[in-house]
Amino acid sequence: MQRVLFLTIVAAFAIAAPFFFYSVTLMTIMCFVVFACSFNLLLGYTGLLCFGHAMFFGGAAYVTGYVLQSTPLSTELAILAGGAAAGLLGAVIGYLTMKRQGIQFAMITLAFSQFIYFIFLQAPFTGGEDGMQAIPRNDLFGVIDISSNLTFYYVVLAITALCVFIYYRVVHSPYGEVLKAVRDNQPRVESLGFDPEKIKLVAFIISAAMAGIAGGMKATVYQFATLTDASWPVSGEVILMTLLGGLGTLTGPVFGAAIIILLNDYLAGFGEWALISQGVILLVVIVFFRRGFVGELSALKRSFLRRKTGSAGSGTPAAEAIKARS
Amino acid sequence: MFEGISTQLLFGQLLLGLINGSFYAMLSMGLAIIFGLMNVVNFTHGAQYMLGAFVAWLLLNHLGLGYWYSLILAPIVVAGFGMVMERLLLRPLQNLDHLYGLLATYAVALIVEGLARYQYGSTGLPYENPISGGVNLGFMFLPYYRLWVVVFSIVTCIVTWLLIEHTKLGAYLRAANENPRIVETFGINVPKMMTLTYGFGVGLAALSGVLAAPIYQVSPSMGSSLMIVVFAVVVIGGMGSIMGAAVTGYMLGIIEGLTKVIYPEAASVVIFLFMIVALYLRPAGMFASKESV
Amino acid sequence: MNSLAEARPVAAQAMLKVKSLSAWYAESKVLHGMTFDVREGELLTLIGRNGAGKTTTLRSIMGIVRKRTGSINFSGQELIGKRTFEIARLGIGYCPEERAIFSSLSVRENLFLPPVLREGGLSDEALYATFPNLKARAGSQGTKLSGGEQQMLAIARILRTGSRLVLLDEPSEGLAPVVVKEIGEIIHGLKAQGFTIVLVEQNLRFARQVADRHVVVENGKVVDILTNEELSADMGRIKTYLGV
Repeated sequence: MQRVLFLTIVAAFAIAAPFFFYSVTLMTIMCFVVFACSFNLLLGYTGLLCFGHAMFFGGAAYVTGYVLQSTPLSTELAILAGGAAAGLLGAVIGYLTMKRQGIQFAMITLAFSQFIYFIFLQAPFTGGEDGMQAIPRNDLFGVIDISSNLTFYYVVLAITALCVFIYYRVVHSPYGEVLKAVRDNQPRVESLGFDPEKIKLVAFIISAAMAGIAGGMKATVYQFATLTDASWPVSGEVILMTLLGGLGTLTGPVFGAAIIILLNDYLAGFGEWALISQGVILLVVIVFFRRGFVGELSALKRSFLRRKTGSAGSGTPAAEAIKARS
Repeated sequence: MFEGISTQLLFGQLLLGLINGSFYAMLSMGLAIIFGLMNVVNFTHGAQYMLGAFVAWLLLNHLGLGYWYSLILAPIVVAGFGMVMERLLLRPLQNLDHLYGLLATYAVALIVEGLARYQYGSTGLPYENPISGGVNLGFMFLPYYRLWVVVFSIVTCIVTWLLIEHTKLGAYLRAANENPRIVETFGINVPKMMTLTYGFGVGLAALSGVLAAPIYQVSPSMGSSLMIVVFAVVVIGGMGSIMGAAVTGYMLGIIEGLTKVIYPEAASVVIFLFMIVALYLRPAGMFASKESV
Repeated sequence: MNSLAEARPVAAQAMLKVKSLSAWYAESKVLHGMTFDVREGELLTLIGRNGAGKTTTLRSIMGIVRKRTGSINFSGQELIGKRTFEIARLGIGYCPEERAIFSSLSVRENLFLPPVLREGGLSDEALYATFPNLKARAGSQGTKLSGGEQQMLAIARILRTGSRLVLLDEPSEGLAPVVVKEIGEIIHGLKAQGFTIVLVEQNLRFARQVADRHVVVENGKVVDILTNEELSADMGRIKTYLGV
């Protein structure tokens, strides 16, 4: 009951939002929410640190842009195409890298993303350093005109809601439990008869495809796709967003993405301070708030509840909270 | 295959490749040393390389101290900064998932580079070549400074390797790479060793920065563009292998140079291609001694 | 609980006094208020079943297990709160269960790795006299030695350092009876030279051959302390603890 109420409030807010806030900023936040969800699925729930997630994001942006420019395909199909392309790329790279773990996996994915980046730099269809410009917003379903940002906001909202819903369903499914098991104790999972590599590969593909949808959306929001979308700083940014929001939490990516996008927006005129503050925030999160925004709030709520009900703990609530923090 | 390619071009690119390789080797050696002992991927390495160059520039332009002073002072200064960072930031994070140490170093890199860019802009600052001139070898022109860089880096790599493989201190390091807790039960101050080792790796990075200043100019982004390649080098060479890092560094520099001659478009990707292939054939890295997790 | 061993007037000084030692691995409490003494020159064993907490006790003394309460007093110095390398420098040597021979070091490098911390350790000649095969294999890679040789190496390298108290964790584990006999003789020799030894063992037969006193550990608690004679006189008592 509480959850239905919560969702209704969120929905109401989301529907009303573009009348109060700049719709492009809202749409950017939503793209990155999906991007961060996809990353959280990989790192928070499967335990795989991919350093080059931008390759899926940026790659899909190009694919979606290209489809929209060269074919009369409707926008939602183009975004889907972007997601599919990213998923395919994820399948190939995942297949080649799944045997690795931990740091090695992170480094290899970094190298792959750089490889892809340089290919994008040189490939004619991307427009190189200039980027792919003037991407049209082909009519939705072939009939609905979505050239207005306000109208398009609701399209993006719908796609984002769908993606978050899928993310939620995956995480809370039996498959999601297996993912968490693989993250926590891979050898154990293997001894139970599962194939952890296959499990991780599927997660990787889903994550890549979702990142691709996010990239495709971004290309249609801004109507251009650039090299930056596939670059290492973007990979770094999504890591920051996920950590800031809370690894392995459901709503973490939403907060993380929103905070960073708003911060970038606010500091856009101040040159280097956007990056510097990202560094500072990352540092502060790592040292003091490792569970992220959502994680720390939940922990706070738990210790508060424990204090209220006066349940038997092995120490004061403060000691509990300190002990629970790892 | 080599028809139509002038020897000048070939040897010119080979020299360039060797120089790039020198930097790849020294930087990846520092990374490998740090990773071997502390299991931390030092993402700040590129920024520390850049700091080395900047300190050299500052010493020259504010204190009138030239290149040869910087070669000694800059690594010490930057290593000092590195050791403070290790003590305050990395040591407390030691017992957690190594992801956090890695991200912490990345965060510091963001901050350092951002501040440098804020203070000095994005364009490079010039640094005067301390050994100008060169010798004409007939098939190519060899600038003295470039020769100095290559020789110096090879000597540095060999000396570092000797230190690690053939000294008592190096034995402590190699043992601590395997089992730091037990080494500490012998009465060896392992935490201090980690701080000093980190400082040494950072010092190597800064030293590379000083060497680079006259060639690449001093700019805030000089580190980040280099580091991605260096990471690839370390992964190929085997993440804890010092020798592997150095050898792979030179090798890849030369391969990159050759690629520029034969098939220029592929030059920027050839290293990553190499990494993908090498990892497929030799999963733990070509010279791997440590299976990293 | 109070055995003859406690009632007899203390002939030798207590070198190590463990009092109400409790220890935790993260959130779980593994040692519950252990109390026992180690007297200078004696060989004390910690015996008990697998998982009783014997190794944890040694690691707590060395400071490898950090979360501890109670007191561990070594020759007047409180060990809880000190760092592992500080504890080692006070004169305690530790030979872990896994032996920890370093694969990236040669046998000689392994042997000479621990620095000499104080006088009284075995000289190089004495070392090679006690462990001749180590001299023969000096240049080999450390991990290329057999299990028994690795155990000898692990013990030998501690003896050089001048440690007066030696903690040995299951030295006989996984070794052939012939080798175990050799190790037993070496330990006897060490006792004769005045080393104080705390030995963790599951092999009761081996323990009885070398020990002066036994501390029986079960579920992280000290359940009995007896001399070797008392043990021989009443084997039944022990067998219940060990579930034999």
